[in-house]
Amino acid sequence: MDWLTMDLIVARFNYWVYIVLMMIGLYAMIAKNNYMKKLIGMAIFQTAIMLFYVSIGTKKGASIPILDHHGGEHGAGSAHIAGEAALKVGEAAAAFPEAAAAAGTTNPLPHVLMLTAIVVGVATLGVAMAVVQKINDQYGSIEEDEVLKRIKL
Amino acid sequence: MTANVVSSALPLQAILVSALLPLVLVALGRVPNWREGASLLAGCLKLWLVVKMLPAVRDGQLLEYVLAEPVAGVPLVLRVDGMGLLFALVASSLWIVTTVYAIGYMRGAKEKSQTRFFVFFAFSLSATLGVAFSGNLLTLYVFYELLSMATYPLVTHHQDANARAGGRKYLTYLLATSVGFVLPAMIFCYVRSGGQMDFAAAGFMAGKVNSTEALVLLLMFTFGFAKAGVMPFHGWLPGAMVAPTPVSALLHAVAVVKVGVFCVLRVFTGVLGVDMLKEFDLGIVVSFIAGFTIIVSSLIALSQDNLKRRLAFSTVGQLSYIILGASMLSPLALKGAMAHIAMHAFGKITLFFCAGAIYVATGKKYISHMTGIGYRMPITMICFLIGTMSVMGLPPTGGLISKWHLLLGAPESGRWWLMLFLAGSTLLNGAYLLPIVYSAFFKSGNYFGPDSERGEPPPACFWPLCLTAVASIVLFFAPNLIFQLASLVV
Amino acid sequence: MTLAQQAPALILLFPFFGALLTLLIGLYRRSWCWPATVAACAASALAAWSTVVQVAESSNALVTYRMAGWVPPVGIEFRVDALNAGVVFMIAMVSLLVAIFSRTVVINETAGKEHFFYTLFQMLIVGVLGIGLTGDAFNLYVFLEISSLSSYALIAMGRGRAAFSCFNYIMMGTIGASFYLLGVGYLYIKTGSLNMVDISRIMHEQDLFQTSTIHIGFLFILIGVWIKMAFFPLHRWLPNAYTFAPTATSALAAPIMTKVSIYVMIRYMYTVFDPNFVFGMGPRSDVVVWLAVIAMVVGSFYALAKRKLKMMLAYLVIAEVGYMVGGAWLANKTGLTGAIFHIMADGLMTAALFLSAGAIYYKRKSYNVTALKGMFQKMPFTMGAFALAALSMIGIPPTCGFFSKWYLISAGIEAGHYGFVGGLLFSSLVNAILFFRLLEYAYYGEVETPYVAAGKRGKKKGFREKSGRDEAPLSMLVPMWSASLGLVLLGFYSGEVIAFISRYVAEVQF
Repeated sequence: MDWLTMDLIVARFNYWVYIVLMMIGLYAMIAKNNYMKKLIGMAIFQTAIMLFYVSIGTKKGASIPILDHHGGEHGAGSAHIAGEAALKVGEAAAAFPEAAAAAGTTNPLPHVLMLTAIVVGVATLGVAMAVVQKINDQYGSIEEDEVLKRIKL
Repeated sequence: MTANVVSSALPLQAILVSALLPLVLVALGRVPNWREGASLLAGCLKLWLVVKMLPAVRDGQLLEYVLAEPVAGVPLVLRVDGMGLLFALVASSLWIVTTVYAIGYMRGAKEKSQTRFFVFFAFSLSATLGVAFSGNLLTLYVFYELLSMATYPLVTHHQDANARAGGRKYLTYLLATSVGFVLPAMIFCYVRSGGQMDFAAAGFMAGKVNSTEALVLLLMFTFGFAKAGVMPFHGWLPGAMVAPTPVSALLHAVAVVKVGVFCVLRVFTGVLGVDMLKEFDLGIVVSFIAGFTIIVSSLIALSQDNLKRRLAFSTVGQLSYIILGASMLSPLALKGAMAHIAMHAFGKITLFFCAGAIYVATGKKYISHMTGIGYRMPITMICFLIGTMSVMGLPPTGGLISKWHLLLGAPESGRWWLMLFLAGSTLLNGAYLLPIVYSAFFKSGNYFGPDSERGEPPPACFWPLCLTAVASIVLFFAPNLIFQLASLVV
Repeated sequence: MTLAQQAPALILLFPFFGALLTLLIGLYRRSWCWPATVAACAASALAAWSTVVQVAESSNALVTYRMAGWVPPVGIEFRVDALNAGVVFMIAMVSLLVAIFSRTVVINETAGKEHFFYTLFQMLIVGVLGIGLTGDAFNLYVFLEISSLSSYALIAMGRGRAAFSCFNYIMMGTIGASFYLLGVGYLYIKTGSLNMVDISRIMHEQDLFQTSTIHIGFLFILIGVWIKMAFFPLHRWLPNAYTFAPTATSALAAPIMTKVSIYVMIRYMYTVFDPNFVFGMGPRSDVVVWLAVIAMVVGSFYALAKRKLKMMLAYLVIAEVGYMVGGAWLANKTGLTGAIFHIMADGLMTAALFLSAGAIYYKRKSYNVTALKGMFQKMPFTMGAFALAALSMIGIPPTCGFFSKWYLISAGIEAGHYGFVGGLLFSSLVNAILFFRLLEYAYYGEVETPYVAAGKRGKKKGFREKSGRDEAPLSMLVPMWSASLGLVLLGFYSGEVIAFISRYVAEVQF
């Protein structure tokens, strides 16, 4: 039991958080009757994935990924490279000599990717809200059962 | 026979003549006389191109033209051999005659959308020639399907409820069988033969399947090419009789139905191979199916009052003669089967021409209304008699020659009792066709009698039927060319 | 660098700048939007053709383009090989045809908003082309969303139930894209790379195929693209969305959006992952093929039951997705070849069908099948194109629909999966019933065509037929017939196309 809590839940708590959030979002998208609530669910759903990405970029004891031009205190090839990030560093080190310093920083790439995803999320939300507005104009309601009733009529 | 393959564009040209003709027809659509003139001209050009292939093919050469290679190892290829050329000759010569007849019929019966009619007629002929010249199974299938599509607007030409019902039946039977049976069987052959589908003298599937597979393939092909009208997939043919008579005459007595039996013949000779079928003794299965079709269709024909429907059931039976001949797996019977394609074509087209001529001249479709019609149009009815004799196989008509070979083929194959099917059917043929002629000349009915005014149909309808009747007789005395071409394959 | 070397990027840049330009021009003069769009699409199609030629001529059938010169895996790479060159060219051609076609319908259906319409229209093309071109997993997600967002907006411009069905589409589309993103995330955890080829290399080198992270990543990506391609049972969003969208939208989206998702699936199955991995996990591939069979059968049956022309076509799209997914999952080279060829063939078929359906709607203002009555007399050329496309859909030779079916069926026989063979044949027959019922409506309708003997006018003897034609404008007929004749051409040249595709297929190790 101790092993289970440690290994499956605590060590991977970031995955649990994103899964729980994603399920909340998915539930709202499917089960809620109100279109705005569905959209809120969608936003939660997308945010959960963003959190997932951001969390996989972090390393134990690493600092923020901003290049420090004045000192080399992070040191190249330092000992505390965490987990799988090592791979990425090795790759990048070949391409960019400075990137060796990356070993001591969090991986910034997932963050950058999520900037794009956030933009996409905002745009989707915007389009969806415009569509909901159109539905409201057309059927006079944003409750799904009301709208369905009016379509059937 | 040594295959001496010569590359030649002639087969392609012969097909293209009628495939491109529709462009001219549509352009001339507003001027019917020019439009029909173009049709006739194209018909003559096509016949000339086909005849031009004759000397080379008689010398044992195969004319080949590769169109494209859509499937690896299996090009779309035209390859003319004796059997194909024989069929092409019959179809293209009768096309000219039928065009003349169609002009008379369509104008006489005041049919609408005549441009569309001639356009699709030309397409059908192209597809027919394509089948005749196909060098492999894929090409054969391509043109077979094209023919179904091109004839649909012809069958449903009247665009009324009857036409719709007939057209539905037509497509349901033809598409369901070709897609449901032929296509999978063909692809199975493709996979099993290792990507090789050229018709070969011994059959390209020979030695590549066991007897069960061969039986299944044989049945799938025989039933799948439903244009051959083997029972129980014959229902489309009587249904297709809603078409204008020139269509029934050329397509449903000659081109389309003969394409069906031609395909079955190709399967016997080129795909599965006579030797393999003999080895597994599978011919007998098809013989029984064909024999059954011959007898049953003749019995049904007895009860039909609509003349065209009676002729249609007669066609169903006659087609199975050819299948029966093929299934005997003897050289004589095979030759007879091929010759029967030509002989029956001339006889049956005469009968249809007569039926159409009667309709144009008097508006009568039912046999019971035609009593005494011999007084009104004696020459037409004499031609009808000649056609009847040819279909029954009486001298002096071409029908006898082919039937004779079929009869002789039965003992040669070691199954003399197959002759009984042929003999029985000849009697039945007489039973459903001769009374028409008898009552036409020796009885008087509600509409016609001894005092009827004499009047033959319009000349454009009249002369073609005389011509085909005479041709049936000529073929009795000069069947050499036909047998020469047929024996090139056997 | 010569212009030709820039071609892979130009494919995308033309419609991208075209979109911006159209918006600006449209503010000044609405009527210039259409020529600008057509020009951009034409240029894009030209660039696509040039890329295809380059791929065909290159020794390893590969053309790569590095964005701004950055070296992959850091930089984003456009990677065109024998698999996607044809798909991209098909997309560019279909876009061009639909763009030409849209001239009158856009003015008709979205009056006053032409410039918005055409901007989104081109952004949709940018997105779909980008999905086809890119060699970067995350970049693909971005293009996926660009295309989805523009298609949401384009669909919502329609009438009737458009907004309602568009909302469902947004929900499903977002879930699909998010799943895809999630899958890419899992791959990134293990490999630390986003470049597809690089991911594949790392997975092979470090033998990561047995890890559960990779398994889950693959599943997420698969479910994501299945939602996007409307694969059974995730298809519910598609029919309504495509039915009520404006004519030009559905004609553009239906042929290219589902097809490009299938391309993505094949790309992931065979380039990023590896057939041994994909098919080596128990009976899963069999389950997918059976789902594909159900998709074919169900799609065809639903299509048969519908009364709206566009709804029928939309359900057929679902059935066709089954063909391609099934072919790709049969786990042999013939099936893969057939699936890839069918992407192109089906794209063109669907385009031809939706274009002619659009022309009929333009004249009759009704999607109901009864509006087809007598259309062979009223619009013979439109119906001719429709009939040709219908024949291809049924699989009548020599159209390309026959040859793709040929490969799929022979793959089914090779794999011994007779359920798939049966499903294909069955669906062909149902298609035959469906289309001939439609053609019957058009053929036997009650439109008067009086038969007039010209002789009555006293000029010359003979017959003349009068017809009451009401044909679609030339700007519709030309693209429609180009698509339909393209089907026959593609059929005749399928040998060459297949030879081209097999340069990709040959390298796949089953």
